[in-house]
Amino acid sequence: MIQHPLIAALVALVGLAVIFGAVLGFAAIKFRVEGDPIVEQIDKLLPQTQCGQCGYPGCRPYAQAIADGDAINKCPPGGQTTINALAALLDVDAPTLDAEHGQESDIKKVAFIREDECIGCTKCIQACPVDAILGAAKQMHTVIASECTGCDLCVEPCPVDCIDMLPVPQGLADWKWEMPASSAEQVKALRPGNIIATDRGDRAA
Amino acid sequence: MRKIWDLVGGVHPPENKHQSVQQPIGRLPLPEKLVIPLNQHIGAPPKLVVNIGDEVLKGQVLAEPNGMVSVGVHAPTSGVISDISDYPIPHPSGMSARCITLIPDNYDRWIEHAGLDDFRACSPAKLLELIREAGIAGLGGAGFPAAVKLSARKPVSTLIINATECEPYITADDMLIRERAEDIVEGIRILAYILGDPEEVLIGIEDNKPEAYEALQPYLADTNIELVEFPTRYPSGGEKQLIQILTGKEVPSGGMPADIGIVCQNIGTTYAIQRAIRHGEPLISRVTTVTGRACTLNRNYQTLIGTPISHLLKHNGYDHHHCARLIMGGPMMGFTLTDMDVPVIKTTNCILAPSKEELPTPPPAQACIRCGMCAEACPASLLPQQLFWYAQSQNYERLEAHNLFDCIECGACSYVCPSNIPLVQYYRAAKGEIRKQAQEKIKSDRARARFEFQQARKAKEEAEKSAKREARKKAAAEARAKSGDPAATTDSQSDIVQAAMARAAEKQASPEAQKAKLERGVARAENHLQTVEQRLLAAEQDGNEQQVEQARAAVADARLRLDDALAKLQALETEGASTENKVMERLQASPNEALQKKIASLRERIAITEQKIAEADDEALETALQNGLDKQIGKLKEAEKQLAETPAGDAVLTPAGTTDAAAAAIAKAQARAAAMGNLSEEDKLRESIMSLEGRIEKAQAKLDEARASESEHVDALQTGLNKLQQKLLDNREKYFALTGQTIGSEEQPQDAASVAIARAQARAVELANMSEQDKLREAVNSLKGRLEKSRQKLRQAEAEGSEHVEALRTASEKLEAKLAAAEQQLAEYNA
Repeated sequence: MIQHPLIAALVALVGLAVIFGAVLGFAAIKFRVEGDPIVEQIDKLLPQTQCGQCGYPGCRPYAQAIADGDAINKCPPGGQTTINALAALLDVDAPTLDAEHGQESDIKKVAFIREDECIGCTKCIQACPVDAILGAAKQMHTVIASECTGCDLCVEPCPVDCIDMLPVPQGLADWKWEMPASSAEQVKALRPGNIIATDRGDRAA
Repeated sequence: MRKIWDLVGGVHPPENKHQSVQQPIGRLPLPEKLVIPLNQHIGAPPKLVVNIGDEVLKGQVLAEPNGMVSVGVHAPTSGVISDISDYPIPHPSGMSARCITLIPDNYDRWIEHAGLDDFRACSPAKLLELIREAGIAGLGGAGFPAAVKLSARKPVSTLIINATECEPYITADDMLIRERAEDIVEGIRILAYILGDPEEVLIGIEDNKPEAYEALQPYLADTNIELVEFPTRYPSGGEKQLIQILTGKEVPSGGMPADIGIVCQNIGTTYAIQRAIRHGEPLISRVTTVTGRACTLNRNYQTLIGTPISHLLKHNGYDHHHCARLIMGGPMMGFTLTDMDVPVIKTTNCILAPSKEELPTPPPAQACIRCGMCAEACPASLLPQQLFWYAQSQNYERLEAHNLFDCIECGACSYVCPSNIPLVQYYRAAKGEIRKQAQEKIKSDRARARFEFQQARKAKEEAEKSAKREARKKAAAEARAKSGDPAATTDSQSDIVQAAMARAAEKQASPEAQKAKLERGVARAENHLQTVEQRLLAAEQDGNEQQVEQARAAVADARLRLDDALAKLQALETEGASTENKVMERLQASPNEALQKKIASLRERIAITEQKIAEADDEALETALQNGLDKQIGKLKEAEKQLAETPAGDAVLTPAGTTDAAAAAIAKAQARAAAMGNLSEEDKLRESIMSLEGRIEKAQAKLDEARASESEHVDALQTGLNKLQQKLLDNREKYFALTGQTIGSEEQPQDAASVAIARAQARAVELANMSEQDKLREAVNSLKGRLEKSRQKLRQAEAEGSEHVEALRTASEKLEAKLAAAEQQLAEYNA
C-alpha cells in the first residue's frame, strides 16, 4: 500500500470539518434561543413606568431600540441608576440623562383623580398603560395608587383637568437611612491638624 | 462547667453601668398624659378598638393584633382616651405615627384579670394565645412579636435566655434579674413548656453582672436551667453572637436561630410572659434605664408604656444644657431623639442623656486607610472596609455579594475606625437602598405584566373587531349576490350622485332671486350705516369717548358691509353680462372652431376620468366611471366626425346665418330678461292686489260691525275702506295695462246678485271720489233713469192689466218726488 500523507491529511481534516459542522448545525437548531435575550435583559433594567418619555410606546419597545443601537440615556423615570445599570450590561460608558426627554425626579408620584370633578369620560382609563384606573362611562373614576407607575399619561387627556400627580407620601415603612456625605468630600473639607483617632493619643480605641 | 466559645471580633468600650445600679427599680408618679403608639413592634399595625372619649381601665385592650405578625396595645392605666392622631414616635426618622392619647384618672383601676396557677394545665397553643393577647413583643430591641418567635415549626433543642445586656450604660435587665429572679425563672419554665421542654435551657450572662448571677443561682438549684457566664465583650448580646458563644453553632446567613433548633428570648420578655401567664397582666410597663451625666439621678424605673420621655427626665434632674444629644437605646446602637416628648415604647430599654464630655460630637471622617481594624472587630466576620467601599460607589451587587445583610449594625467597626468613618451609617443607607430597589423591582415587574396583559387584550379586541367587520362585509356581498341585482351598488351610487346634484341645485337659487336678495342686502346695509352714523353723531355730542370709539368702529364696519354688498351685486350683474357675452362668442365662432374646442375639452375630461379610474379602489365606482368614460369617448368620436365633415371655410361662407341666429338668440335672451323684470313687477302687483283684497274684506267686516253697533268710527272706517278700494282699482288698472289680463275679483261673476253687488261697490267707489255737486248730479241722473224705468214698467203693467199697477204707480210717484227734491237740491247747490 502506498502512503499518501497529503491525501490522508486532507481526508482527516475534511472529515473533522464535516463532523463538527454537523454538530454545530444540530446545536444551532436544537439549542436555538427564541427572541433576543439582550432585549429581555435590558427590559428588566428599565423601570416599567411605560410612560413613553423615551419616545417609544413602552419600556419593551425602548429595550428593543437600545438593542438596535439607540442611546441608553432616554429614560427619565429610571434616571442615572438605570443608565448606569444599562451601561454596565452593555459594556459602554454611562452618559448622563438626555434632558430632551425630561428631568429625573427624586419624588415618586402617583396620579390622583379629584373624584367630585370627574365626569366619567373614560379617557384616562384608555390612556393608562397599566390599567391602574378604575371606572366606567359616566361613573366616577379612581386611580389604584399601588398599581400606578406615575407615568403622567392620564393627565393630558382629561377634559376637565381633574387629575393631579401627587407625590407618594413618605411613610415609616419607606423611610431609610441617609447615606453620609462621601468621605472624599469630607477629606476636602478637612482642616489641617485633623488626624486619625489613634494618632491623637488622648483617646485610645 | 460548660464550654464557652469565643466571640468573633468585638470590642470592649467603657461599660458605664455602675451609675444606674445604685438604687432599686423605682416608680414614677403618673404623667399628665400617656401617648401610646399603635405600632411598637415589627409587623402589621394593630386594629384600633377604642374611640376618642372612651373611658378605659388599666389593662384594657386599646388595639387588637391584626394578622399573624402583630401585637395589640393595652391601656397602661385607667383614664379617658382624649385623642387618636399622629404624634412623633421614637424612631430614627423622627416621623410621626398614629398614637392613642390617654389622660390618666389617677385611680389606676385594673380591668378584671386573672392568671393561671398552673400553666401546665393549659396547652402550649393556649399559652401562646395568651401571650399574643397580652401584647408582648420582644423587649430586647427589635420588638419581634414573642408569640410568633415561640411558635417554632421545627423542634427546638435549645432555649437561650438572653441576659447579656452587653451595651454600655444599660442596666434594665440587670436590675430586673436582681429584683425579680424568681419570677424570671418561672417565666423560663413557661417558655420551656411552650417549646416542648428543650434538652438545653441556657441563660447567658456576662461576667460584669455578678449580683444578677447570684440572684438567679438559688432558684435554679433543682431545675435543668443552666446559667452560663462568659467574658464581657460587646456585642455578645447579639442573638447570633450569643448562640455562637454558648453553643458554638452559627446561624446560617439569612437564616433564623429556629433553623438550627434554637430559640432565643430576652430576659425582659421572659418576665413579661410570666406576668401575662401567672397574673393575666398584659404588657403595659417595662424597666427603663435613665442614665447619663446630663441627669443628676441615674436609675431604673418601672415605666408605663406611653410615658413621655420628658416626664422621665424631669424626675431625674435632666439638664439639657449639658446634654450632647438625647439617645434612645445605648451609645452603640441607639439613635438620637429629636423630640423630648416622644413616649417610652415596648422596646425602650434606656434613655441616655450623656454630657458633652461623655459623648463628644464625632470628629469629621477621614479617608479610609485600609488598616483592617474594622474587619478584626466585626462580630459577623464581614469585611467592613470593602462594604464601605462598595457602599460609597453604590455598587449594590457587590455589597450583597459581600453579605451586607449579615451585618447586625452593632457599630463595633465604627467604634474602632481610626478615621472616624461612620461605617454603620453607610451600611444602613445601603441596606435601605437595596430594599427599596427590591420593592421597586417587584413593582416594575407587576407593571410590566399589567402592561403586557393590556397589550395582549387590545390586540385581541382588535382582532375580534376586524373579524366582525370581515363577516359583515361577506354577509352583505352574499345578500347582494342572492338578490341577483348586480347593479345594486351602481344604483345606490347614482342615487347618491343625484341627491348631491339636487342639493347643489337647491343651493344655487334662480338669478333673479339672488339679485333680489343682494338688493335687499344692500338696502339693509345702507340702513345700518345710517343708524350707526346717527349714533356716532349722538355719541360725539355726548362727548363719551368710549362710545365715540365704538360708534366709529361700527360705522367703519357698516361701510365695509355696504361695500361688500354692493360688490356682490355688481359681480352678479357682470356675471349675467358675461354669460351673455359667452353665448355671443360661441354663436359667433365658426362651427369648426367650436367643434375643435369641444374636442379639446372632451379630451381633457377623458384624461381626468381615466386618472380617476386608476385611483378608484372601489369596484362599483370603477364601473360607473368606466361607463362615463365610454360615453365621453363616444362623444369625442362624434365630434371628430363632425369636424371632419364640416368644411374649413364653412364659417366664412355662412356668416349671415350665424349672425342671424345670434341676433335671434340675443333677442330671445333680452326678451327673457325683460320678462323677468316684468315678471317681478307683475308679481309685485299681483301680490299687492291680493293683499289689498284681503284688507278690504277685513275693513268691510269692521265697518259692518261698526254700523251695527252705531260706533262713532263709522265715518273713519268708511274713508279707510274707500281709500283701499281706490288703491285696489289703481293696481288692477296697472296690472291690466301690463299683462292685458284681469285678476282677482275680475273673474266672471257667478250670479246676478254678485254682479249687482260688484256694480254697487264700483258705484260706491265712484261716488266716494266725486264732489258733492257731482254726487247730486249723479243722483238726479240715476233717479231720472229709475223713473224712466219705473214708468216703462207701469205702462207695461197697465197694458197687461197686472195687479201690481197700483204699487208701480206709487213707486213712480215716489220716484218723481225724490227726483224733484234732488233737482231742487242740485239747483240750490249750483246757486
